[in-house]
Amino acid sequence: MSRRPFTPKVITANHLISGDVIYWSADSCWVSAHADAALFTEQDAADAQFAIANAQQQIAVGVMLADAVMGDNGPEPVHFREEFRATGPSNYFHGKQAEIASAGA
Amino acid sequence: MYHYNDFDRAFLNERNAQFRAQVERRVAGNLTEDEFKPLRLMNGLYLQLHAYMLRVAIPYGTLSGAQMRRLGDVAAKYDKGYGHFTTRQNIQYNWPTLSDVPDILDSLGEVGLHAIQTSGNTIRNVTADHFAGAAKDEIEDPRPVAELLRQWSTDHPEFQFLPRKFKIAITGSPNDRAVTKAHDIGLRMVRNEAGEPGFEVIVGGGLGRTPMVGKVLRAFLPKADLLPYCEAVVSVWNTLGRRDNKYKARIKITVHENGIEKISELVEERFNTLRPQFSGVDQELLADIEAHFQPPVWEASDTGVFDAAYATDPVFRSWVDTNITDHKRDDHAIVSVSLKAHGDTPGDATTEQMHLLADIARDHAYDELRISHEQNVILPHVKKSDLPAIFEQLKTAGLGTANIGLASDIIACPGMDYCALATARSIPVAQQIANRVQELGVEHDIGALKIKISGCINACGHHHVGHIGILGLDRAGVENYQITLGGDGTETAAVGERAGPGFAYDAIVPAIERLVLGYLDLRTDPSETFLATYRRLGAAPFKALLYPEDAKHAA
Repeated sequence: MSRRPFTPKVITANHLISGDVIYWSADSCWVSAHADAALFTEQDAADAQFAIANAQQQIAVGVMLADAVMGDNGPEPVHFREEFRATGPSNYFHGKQAEIASAGA
Repeated sequence: MYHYNDFDRAFLNERNAQFRAQVERRVAGNLTEDEFKPLRLMNGLYLQLHAYMLRVAIPYGTLSGAQMRRLGDVAAKYDKGYGHFTTRQNIQYNWPTLSDVPDILDSLGEVGLHAIQTSGNTIRNVTADHFAGAAKDEIEDPRPVAELLRQWSTDHPEFQFLPRKFKIAITGSPNDRAVTKAHDIGLRMVRNEAGEPGFEVIVGGGLGRTPMVGKVLRAFLPKADLLPYCEAVVSVWNTLGRRDNKYKARIKITVHENGIEKISELVEERFNTLRPQFSGVDQELLADIEAHFQPPVWEASDTGVFDAAYATDPVFRSWVDTNITDHKRDDHAIVSVSLKAHGDTPGDATTEQMHLLADIARDHAYDELRISHEQNVILPHVKKSDLPAIFEQLKTAGLGTANIGLASDIIACPGMDYCALATARSIPVAQQIANRVQELGVEHDIGALKIKISGCINACGHHHVGHIGILGLDRAGVENYQITLGGDGTETAAVGERAGPGFAYDAIVPAIERLVLGYLDLRTDPSETFLATYRRLGAAPFKALLYPEDAKHAA
């Protein structure tokens, strides 16, 4: 059986205490911004890092791989669901978009 | 309304203490997420897209002023200053942290509120007619029975691991405002030939991926037999219901696969076994509960102030015409407070709004509030003479929108703005439709119209029973919206029919606009509603409005 060709991915989850969306970085720690996530272009590396990230049950819930592409400032989501996770809801300026705005202010 | 006794308080305190310890064990690493998840779900705590979500039950939609005030306090202290009222008469908080949830539950427990069985494969919050106890058309207030069902189903040892969730709705009126035919069990109060009140028991209704209108299992069930009969129904399904496939686990599938006759046979058999085991303690309990639901001591009032304001103030008159329903007393009224201000999120209320509603309830409405499945707040008992003053107060907090039952009074689930299950957004579609009908200024001309939007096939937004239903889907990584037409959630329940191919996110609002404006030309006169016109003409002219290109080719 042939495997589907691997597409680049980030590792993401929700933080156990806050519930915030978090991403796995190249330094093997959890970060808040999608752009700071490590982008894995090879299956083996993604699987190996996924195993390490997924073992951090005390920090992360629902660890998963999500498709992403490299953009100007770092990895960007491919699917609209991941775009919402990376920014926040569209009806209020809450969630990540607000965090980013207040961090930049 | 029902007030907790020592047993209720002790039970709730114990449950909350258990959950606090479970959260501590999870944080300390003594429970894995797999172990913790079912425990948090039993207490209404989900993990959604951006954060945890806590779903708090509002049993049969009834709240006191103090309870509403506390809901507002919790929103301010532990969330972002608002809460979201749902189609199941619950409230959801979208941003609590795990570490705060035990404190939130304790705070809610102080006013007799909880989040137990708002999730999981259990009997969920019993929903009821939001006009219960006030409606002119009512046989009896169904809430004592709903409270009895709540007590019976809470922590019921036989029903903690059901094949799937189980939802019961109840109405005391022939006009069904509780969507009873779309529930696992729907209870409609009726009278027998001797004039005694009892229930028509409807079973196997539901929305979701396989929408079905419930079937009558018993045309008349004496009131006293309700608990053993419901226990028989759930018990039969608990044994027979499919556990191999979650999409086929709900009782609607069990009824569909086995036939209503077979289910009826099994239920009656089980009922005959169970009936003698109910020694009458349930009826003693019911009598006690009924005492809690005695109507308030009515304050008679002269309607002169109301009549004068109605005659002279067109804004007040418009609000009365849409948002007020006849009360069983002529000098009182039922007020529906719209949580659908044009452009706002359907069902959301801020802390300030909740506090104001609590104050109005305390000062003018015998301290009672209701949450409707249509995501609005009801003041069930208001003296007509107080209506002008209440309207002025509501307007100061953005609660004076005169749109109940109109095109902008849209049900919308949280959709992909919040929900982990969603396949598309619902809220912005609702906001845009509401804004558009306001811009066009046609809302009152269109009249009664129910638009209902779900952001996935699970149908929390009741799209199947919307006159216009909108279902948001993910089609190859892009949001796409299917329209259904002719749905009906009342006593004449019907599942809407799919109109045709879906619409892109930026095409769905124009499609709805063509539909509602086109309807104005199709109706015989302004008294013929959208639904009545659809039923008279069928789908064809409405499809032509939605797909003008196809209509051209066909011509």
